[in-house]
Amino acid sequence: MSEHAHPSRALYLVIFAALIVGTCLTWGIAFKDLGIWNPVVALTIAVIKATLVILYFMHVRYSNKLTIVTVCAGFFWLLILISLSLSDYLSRSWSLQ
Amino acid sequence: MSTVNQVAIPKVEVMPEKHYLNDNYGIRSWLLTKDHKRIAVLYLFTITFFFFLGGLFAALIRLELLTPQGDLFQSDTYNKLFTMHGVNMIFFFLIPSVPAVLGNFLVPLMVGAKDLAFPKINLLSWYIFIAGAAFALAALVSGGVDTGWTFYTPLSSGFLKTPVVVLGVGILIAGFASIFTGLNFIVTVHRMRAPGLTWGRLPLFVWANYAASLIMVLGTPVLAITLILLVLERGFHIGIFDPKLGGDPVLFQHMFWFYSHPAVYIMILPGMGVISEIITCFSRKRVFGYTFIAFSSIAIAVFGFVVWAHHMFVAGISTYSALVFSLLSFAVAIPSAVKVFNWTATMYKGSVTLSTPMLYALGFIGLFTIGGLTGLFLAALGLDIHVHDTYFVVAHFHYVMVGGMVMAYLGGLHFWWPKMTGRLYPEAWAKMAALITFIGFNLTFFPQFILGYLGMPRRYHAYPEEFQVLNVLSSAGASVLAVGFILPLIYFLYSLRYGQVAGNNPWKATGLEWETTSPPPTHNFEETPIVTCDPYNYGDDEEVHVVK
Repeated sequence: MSEHAHPSRALYLVIFAALIVGTCLTWGIAFKDLGIWNPVVALTIAVIKATLVILYFMHVRYSNKLTIVTVCAGFFWLLILISLSLSDYLSRSWSLQ
Repeated sequence: MSTVNQVAIPKVEVMPEKHYLNDNYGIRSWLLTKDHKRIAVLYLFTITFFFFLGGLFAALIRLELLTPQGDLFQSDTYNKLFTMHGVNMIFFFLIPSVPAVLGNFLVPLMVGAKDLAFPKINLLSWYIFIAGAAFALAALVSGGVDTGWTFYTPLSSGFLKTPVVVLGVGILIAGFASIFTGLNFIVTVHRMRAPGLTWGRLPLFVWANYAASLIMVLGTPVLAITLILLVLERGFHIGIFDPKLGGDPVLFQHMFWFYSHPAVYIMILPGMGVISEIITCFSRKRVFGYTFIAFSSIAIAVFGFVVWAHHMFVAGISTYSALVFSLLSFAVAIPSAVKVFNWTATMYKGSVTLSTPMLYALGFIGLFTIGGLTGLFLAALGLDIHVHDTYFVVAHFHYVMVGGMVMAYLGGLHFWWPKMTGRLYPEAWAKMAALITFIGFNLTFFPQFILGYLGMPRRYHAYPEEFQVLNVLSSAGASVLAVGFILPLIYFLYSLRYGQVAGNNPWKATGLEWETTSPPPTHNFEETPIVTCDPYNYGDDEEVHVVK
């Protein structure tokens, strides 16, 4: 394994605290009726938490470019899954006329 | 002046004194091995078991379909038979076949490395595979599953009481074995190539396995997620796919096929790599269009991810979306055709020898082409509606998977058997087996194209009498095919003890794997090889591929 910089212990604790705050926030907001915005807010918090885990706990922020490209490829493929699936859902009501 | 007649004395080959097979003895040395070659052998035994188990289910299916009445099995039992046939063959034979057996054995040798990048993860992948297989067998002995290998919801998530969860967990676990193998290949190819082995000099088998590894790593997690969601819905009644619980069954199909269509390319791409190696070796000619073949593997891997909904044209997806997926499905035929044209061009004006691996390779080209072209029928929106869920689809899929992939696997096994074991198989028997397989295969599956076009649906144990003649032909072909598959098992085992010693390079092939002894030593090469020229340097002087 190649050597690379690691986050400091203090930074780990900050990220951990941020994740706990995010979890509490998600839990708290689940009890509020925001209508259509409930899933939007929950997913936004989840994406922020996932990004923090990937960047700091998985050391991607400190990795070489090949690792970053690999991670991006994973998200690109997720984008393919979501966008092409949505191409079905969003166009079902379109008329052929 | 007198002339002296020189008589060539055949060289007597001898087995190397020390190699990976005799380096260590005992069960422990095998079960705890980190040697990629031994792990490949462990995989070989495991998947051979599943191949014949899946074959047994197929035999029972064909036996039932001899007569129009469902007189041998109840419909429920028949449903379980085709489900277990599909699951066994796809997840426990076809997906691991070339990558986990031939790939595991050959990728490090071909790149001039001592092992894969993560030997312990490689061994772990086999154990994970065994654990997944144990779950699958548990599902089988506890009654079997009757959803079909596709596990469509809400059939699988709500209605059926068979052990769907156990089988789903088995496939999920086995999926991680596939991810680990793919990960190992990607890192090995990037980081462990011998000096001088640039990307442009990589054997096409390595390119093909690299492309398949990308799919394994990027696609398999989606199958894992889908199966977890299925288990959650079944166990905790969380509405995801079941409309009764507020879910959407078509969402399952989207997620399932996002993995399972590219999985077809996980199966076929490494097989294409095998064919590239065999064709060029037995044509004694540099491969035609190396760069195109290499990049067509990557193109297939990428395009393969954007065509999945052609399985869902009659599932109620939007017409506009179906149009896009139809167009993209046609596009994936281009890189596949590039390969077929290049293999054919490689043979043109080559010095073709019809040895056993070449017979399998030629069979592959013909059968895969039929399988691929009939795939275009299914990608066409209008025609697909006529032949959807009929025997036409069964025939198409088997032409690609058996006519293509199994032929490639058998061809590869024959090609590298001398390298793996140090011994030659009996050539005459092997040629006969290849021929029997080809005839048996066509007799089994060609009638199914006609059956499907005439309207016989798949997955029924009874059918109208007018379809009997074609079904009898198909069942007769299946018994011929079984002979073609059992013969190699017998003579391969025979050759382990009585086979002629092969020598390091019985085919006079190029490539780093042929530069080492047969069987290779545990660490593959005495010294790190240095690559000085392009691959497939067949031709006038047939100069050695590598300088040590």
